[in-house]
Amino acid sequence: MAAWKGLTTNVLSHEPAIYENSFPVEGGTYENAGHVSSQIKALLKGMKISKEVVRRAALVTYESEINICSYARSGKIVLQVTPEHVTIEAIDEGQGIVDIELAMQEGYSTATDRIREMGFGAGMGLCNIKNFSDFFRITSEIGKGTHLKMVIRIDKDFDGI
Amino acid sequence: MHLEDIVKALNLRVVSGEEGLAAEVLGGYVGDLLSDVMANSKEGDLWITRQTHQNIVAVASLKDHAGIILIQGCNPAADTMDKARKEGVPIMVTDMPGFEAIGKVYNMIATKKGPDPST
Ligand SMILES: Nc1ncnc2c1ncn2[C@@H]1O[C@H](COP(=O)(O)OP(=O)(O)O)[C@@H](O)[C@H]1O
Ligand SMILES: [Mg+2]
Repeated sequence: MAAWKGLTTNVLSHEPAIYENSFPVEGGTYENAGHVSSQIKALLKGMKISKEVVRRAALVTYESEINICSYARSGKIVLQVTPEHVTIEAIDEGQGIVDIELAMQEGYSTATDRIREMGFGAGMGLCNIKNFSDFFRITSEIGKGTHLKMVIRIDKDFDGI
Repeated sequence: MHLEDIVKALNLRVVSGEEGLAAEVLGGYVGDLLSDVMANSKEGDLWITRQTHQNIVAVASLKDHAGIILIQGCNPAADTMDKARKEGVPIMVTDMPGFEAIGKVYNMIATKKGPDPST
């Protein structure tokens, strides 16, 4: 099951990556939540990518990270940067999503009261991810895990690395 | 409007990030739902919330907020303060309830004149 959005040009083609890195995310705790997003934000800023792209990349990474913390045993965020795109993948080992269409609905959440008290679990995470990326794909296998792929196009402010 | 002007006028207790008090406050955002704040707040915003756990520091820092005001005397958790100090995120505490705090901050930012004369 996959939801596709905004598939354009060569987003999925194999242009050579100029930067690629993978960051582990711990599931079941919020202790380090946001850490990978901060790292990725700093990295992209250092590459002189426009503020707008950095902001969107930070947001989609953050929401993905929080979902791994909330719903998965463990996972990782994979960052890939080319002159044209920032690609972020969130891959986890966890319970998976039974009904992706439902999970994508704003306001739908299976978060516990404890999670909600902290201000997570508003059911906006996946919608935010979709809205802030140019390309978004979600696949999930029940009992195995979830895989998100987000692509953000780099605008002409990009100065190269 | 600089953060320190708001801190002085509203008598906010600064618990972290003193080095950021000279920053310019460009606007404000109010919310306790982190996804909402992530999506809708802007760079330079002063974020007003009652969430006190350490994840607010990540949100404020990712969104380049000017700082965080915790209302109703909500004190930040110890690990929140540690993290905020490390990342240089100003956290301020006020005993005012949200309605009052937000109104006063709004007046200051919107009019850029200074404190409400009733304070
Ligand atoms: N990585 C994941 N693994 C398993 N379930 C997930 C994952 N991400 C999201 N979900 C499910 O989708 C729902 C909606 O997610 P999201 O839009 O981020 O909102 P929230 O996290 O606030 O509930 C979650 O409540 C959860 O049931
Ligand atoms: Mg979520």
